[in-house]
Amino acid sequence: MRDAFVRTLIALANEDKNIELITADLGFGVLKPFWEQLPDQFTNAGIAEQNMTSVAAGMALEGKNVFTYSIGNFPTLRCLEQIRNDCAYHRANVKIVCIGGGFAYGNLGMSHQATEDLAILRALPDVVVMAPADQAEAKACTRALAGYSGTAYLRLGRGGEKRIHQDISQFRIGKAVKITDGQRVAVCSTGAIFEEVEGACEILLNKGYQPAVYTFPTVKPLDEEVIREIAGDFELIVTCEEHNIIGGFGSAVAEVLAEMHKKKARLLRIGIKDQYAAKVGSQTYLRQQYKLDALSISRRIMEELL
Amino acid sequence: MNKWNSQQLAWKIRRHGIEMTHRSGGSHIGAVLSVADIMAVLYADVLQYRPKEPDWEERDRFILSKGHAGASVYAALAECGFFDPEELTTHDQDGSRLSGHVSHYLPGIDFSTGSLGHGLSAACGMAYALKKDGKPGRVFTVLGDGECDEGSVWEAVLFANHFRLNNLIAVIDHNHMQSLDFQENTLEMEDFGAKWRAFGWHVLEINGNEQGELKAAFETAEERRRETPHKPVVIIANTIKGCGVSFMENDILWHYRFPHDGWEYDCAVLELHQVKPNGVEDPYTPDGIKNPETPTEADDIYKDHTFTYTWNTSYPEQMRRAKAASGSSFGMWGQKGEKEV
Repeated sequence: MRDAFVRTLIALANEDKNIELITADLGFGVLKPFWEQLPDQFTNAGIAEQNMTSVAAGMALEGKNVFTYSIGNFPTLRCLEQIRNDCAYHRANVKIVCIGGGFAYGNLGMSHQATEDLAILRALPDVVVMAPADQAEAKACTRALAGYSGTAYLRLGRGGEKRIHQDISQFRIGKAVKITDGQRVAVCSTGAIFEEVEGACEILLNKGYQPAVYTFPTVKPLDEEVIREIAGDFELIVTCEEHNIIGGFGSAVAEVLAEMHKKKARLLRIGIKDQYAAKVGSQTYLRQQYKLDALSISRRIMEELL
Repeated sequence: MNKWNSQQLAWKIRRHGIEMTHRSGGSHIGAVLSVADIMAVLYADVLQYRPKEPDWEERDRFILSKGHAGASVYAALAECGFFDPEELTTHDQDGSRLSGHVSHYLPGIDFSTGSLGHGLSAACGMAYALKKDGKPGRVFTVLGDGECDEGSVWEAVLFANHFRLNNLIAVIDHNHMQSLDFQENTLEMEDFGAKWRAFGWHVLEINGNEQGELKAAFETAEERRRETPHKPVVIIANTIKGCGVSFMENDILWHYRFPHDGWEYDCAVLELHQVKPNGVEDPYTPDGIKNPETPTEADDIYKDHTFTYTWNTSYPEQMRRAKAASGSSFGMWGQKGEKEV
């Protein structure tokens, strides 16, 4: 996914010389093609996320289209106030890119995990929040954000998330993507956890269920139209995210549902149950431990549908 | 051609600052008074701008990083033609454009500040982008010395040198005080200029309440950045917090306190009237104040309000490292400060 991002950004930056990429000294190997091909549009700001983010704001106010880059929760929580005051409040054209949303850097420990970022960035006015599910969505999000003027957050997985979509037609910021139609239950997810959701849906199909499946590459602005539509059609809406259960994608969906006068669907939110990952292990292991793997997700949905 | 010379503009900034905080009950008059000469010289003699075209591409950019001294830049902008000086009386009021800390929703403001430690980084970003594009504008920013407690300032100091931002000029309003106490009693700064030099900057240390020294420093800064197109310049402008109103000078009380009705307002205005330059009028009290109130022995004046004055711990080291010099009766604060033995 990060390679899809870098490839896409290189193509865009070749066309638009105002595109700038700044890293806080991360991206060894990954960003090399960018700095080799476009050295004048690349900056290593050092291990200094606060300065990097305000520098990006200053550059954006001078007409640059700036992407900041780091991993885990460094590009967001480490420099949150710089995003709030200097980027968002000025509507500065800064795109904050995180590699390794959720448990992607699982075995590196809690310090490197981004599990509250969606909630916290979503709470900032004038910040678009995106979390693509696969390489195709990552490419589409990158293109869309390069063409968007304002502050945005792009949460990417780390590496080899498989490609689920072919190229997505009519991709737009703020629009959900329908994967399959179904009955009784609609499963909605954001970000790279989609690979587990896909596995869960296969299990559900084998058990005789027919889940409808949507991805939400944009968490904010949320596609409320799709939420309202499926709330009338299905008996259960499931949200799934590799993120704390408080404040993220599930909460955003809950906010829409709570204000609807008439709806059929009830809501099941699947996420990390308000805890830090103190256990050590790979992303796959941690997803199992914190009930975010395909099997756990499918079980939880079936319990709800009994 | 500016309407005011720097002497006149500095007086206007001080007079507006007293009035704005008096009417609104707003804080930070001490910082407005310390930075007034820096702001006046910048807007009267240094910055390139067009008041009727605030976004003019070739202007010099300016960021007041110590956003709590917002009243000083509001007053400078108004007096230099960006908006009607009458609007200054709305400072801090409901519906005003003039928030306590600097807001870019006002013509002439390039960047909103208020949370300390952001302005130098943003200035770096502007200078970096301008330099990349070969554009002529310079970027000026004014920081507080207390602001340099923020680690992000030093991230920016590293960045500016590394990227050789010779189109960036930082000024420190080094008034030696911060929120609760003298800087040396808060987080000891030791040799401030040496810190910046060690980070690679050109350092000019001057008296920041002497406009002649300020003008010379800005000229030197311009020469230095041309001679050696490698280094950003910092002017460490030693100032006096509350400068221009004797009972506010070096008294930490006036970081937050505003001039109240009675002797505080009357004496502040009268002191300013004693040094009013030719050619400026006071829009608020044009003839001074008849029958002014004066402080009595019961009033809180010329006292030491620093927190270390009454903070007596059993910690082994002495942390009260600078003499309290609250109030002008204790004498002016020396440029290097006096160390308590």
